[in-house]
Amino acid sequence: MLRYTIRRVLQLALVVLVLSVLLFAWLRALPGGPVSALLGDRGTAESRAQLREALGLDDPIFVQYFAFLGRALTGDFGTSTGVSPGKPAMELFLERFPATIELSIAAIVIALIGAIPLGYLAARRRGGWFDNASVVGSMIGISIPIFFLAFLLKYLLAIKLGWLPTGGRQSAGLDATRVTGFFVLDGLLTREWDASLDALRHLLLPALALSSIPFAVIFRITRASVLDVMDEDYVRTARSKGLAKRIVRDRHILRNAMLPVVTTVGLQTGALLSGAVLTETVFSWQGVGQALAVGFERKDFPVLQVVIIAAAMAYVLVNLIVDLSYAAIDPRIRTAGKVG
Amino acid sequence: MALLEVRDLSVVFRRKGEEPTIAVDGISFDVEPGQTVGLVGESGCGKSVTSLAIMGLLPSRGVDVSGSVSFEGTELLHLSQRRLDERRGRDLGMVFQDPLSSLNPVVPIGVQIAEVLQRHRELSRKQARSEAAELLNRVGIPDPARRLDEYPHQLSGGMRQRALIAIALACRPRLLIADEPTTALDVTIQAQILNLLTELVADTDTALIMITHDLGVVAGLCDEVNVMYGGRIVERAERHALFTAPRHPYTNGLLESIPRLDAPRGERLVPIRGSVVDNIPWADGCAFAPRCPNAIEPCWSVTPALVADDGRMLRCHNPVEVPVTAGEGVR
Repeated sequence: MLRYTIRRVLQLALVVLVLSVLLFAWLRALPGGPVSALLGDRGTAESRAQLREALGLDDPIFVQYFAFLGRALTGDFGTSTGVSPGKPAMELFLERFPATIELSIAAIVIALIGAIPLGYLAARRRGGWFDNASVVGSMIGISIPIFFLAFLLKYLLAIKLGWLPTGGRQSAGLDATRVTGFFVLDGLLTREWDASLDALRHLLLPALALSSIPFAVIFRITRASVLDVMDEDYVRTARSKGLAKRIVRDRHILRNAMLPVVTTVGLQTGALLSGAVLTETVFSWQGVGQALAVGFERKDFPVLQVVIIAAAMAYVLVNLIVDLSYAAIDPRIRTAGKVG
Repeated sequence: MALLEVRDLSVVFRRKGEEPTIAVDGISFDVEPGQTVGLVGESGCGKSVTSLAIMGLLPSRGVDVSGSVSFEGTELLHLSQRRLDERRGRDLGMVFQDPLSSLNPVVPIGVQIAEVLQRHRELSRKQARSEAAELLNRVGIPDPARRLDEYPHQLSGGMRQRALIAIALACRPRLLIADEPTTALDVTIQAQILNLLTELVADTDTALIMITHDLGVVAGLCDEVNVMYGGRIVERAERHALFTAPRHPYTNGLLESIPRLDAPRGERLVPIRGSVVDNIPWADGCAFAPRCPNAIEPCWSVTPALVADDGRMLRCHNPVEVPVTAGEGVR
């Protein structure tokens, strides 16, 4: 297991290295660039040249790349030019990443709590009205454009009904102590209950919008997997023992049916961590997704580079964790290394 | 009163847009306490479906079960799910065909045995665990305490079947149903498992329904044998009578198609010609008629009834003659 983990981590390093080359070249191939983004149409030829020099854009691209790589290895990704000019890109990322993690976890938790029981029930009532309705619902969940859903939720629940805040992570004027950068958790840690509740109210709508796709995907996988497992011989054996319904469900059906679900949850979480660009933009959520949107608009190379590389790392790491946790759930994988 | 009385049991599978399939077509038989009864026939004759119907393990949708299954005077077919679950695992146990797929791959063997003890005998987790080790020991698994924490894929095929037997017999049921318990095993292991089953049911005075396509298994084990064909019982006889003097041409065909040690060298085995797809519906005559060497005119038009014939039950218009010597040999 240790060797496997090391191999996977080395793979991760290789993925990041290749990605950094492609990303670096691709960003610089985009039309525009930081100079025109910063100066707009009004920049004189002289001020343009000055800025180009200051940003090191006159050097050959491979020189620029190796300079970038050398600094990046020490954690220095350069200074933001557009999202928050003057601020180190790494610092900006570290500030915003907790917001994205908080939002992603909330979305996945909503999806898990809702989709697994629904998937199980739909499978048990295969072909019934509940099953058909929830399958159609999951189709809608997968195919509805997320910005449309986000605007719809915001309009109905925040603007029209005024139940929840329209955006941001906390109400203006609230003085909350920061510990971890996860606002809900901070409130709990510092016993500032009102701050925690306020953060939760801000979190609810974006998390709901963001959970639509993971919800639908996890629902469908759970339903299909439970349908498969219900026909297995060992479930028949469990029934022949006269076991309580709850034990047949939890120990014999769900424990087996959850194996494919775990993989899906990992993939979905990884995807969310790379920043929910649309959701964060609609709800002015100060996460990396929003930084990515603004960064593209203003050609903020340092910020784009750190965010995209970190997103790739998060994605690969989450999937590594999923693969490792698989061994904890499935004993057949756990012993495979020892026996054969 | 018999321990188990099956009367006119029928199982019909219905699928949308398809003709219903009659898997079991009105069969009746009794099992006395401690008795071993064989249910024999080829694939698709309805023997496994019969066992699943008795245990209430058929899916509820798309399947019609009718008739009566009375166990110690209780009608099982109309029992509520809760009442049925109180008896399954406790009074009725079942051993399945494929021990690997019949055990939960992600739950340790010990838990799979202990859960049935906890359910029906209200043992604590700890008591159930030590009882489970005792059971594994009784079914001949060495080092049982260590095996409790192992998973099915870590055991050999024979050991898995022993574990499944331990589960089925954990609560000392009055009736055990074994559905082809040796089919998935090596020949050498088959004999061990059969001996184990015989010993255990004799020790605990458990009645056994042995479902098999293998007459060799029946010969070593059963007191009484029901031969099934096309969802119906075609011959029922005491074991010795059945083997020395099969009367139904199908039973006779089954016996002639297995190799015998006392046959002259070079003698060819006689297979039963055709296959189940050649069957005609029972309503039109005898389902076996298209494959039967003894078929006569009425077999194609008159449905034969199951009637008593010299101490056995027989469903045939033109049974195999009793060989004179064999007849004397029996007496």
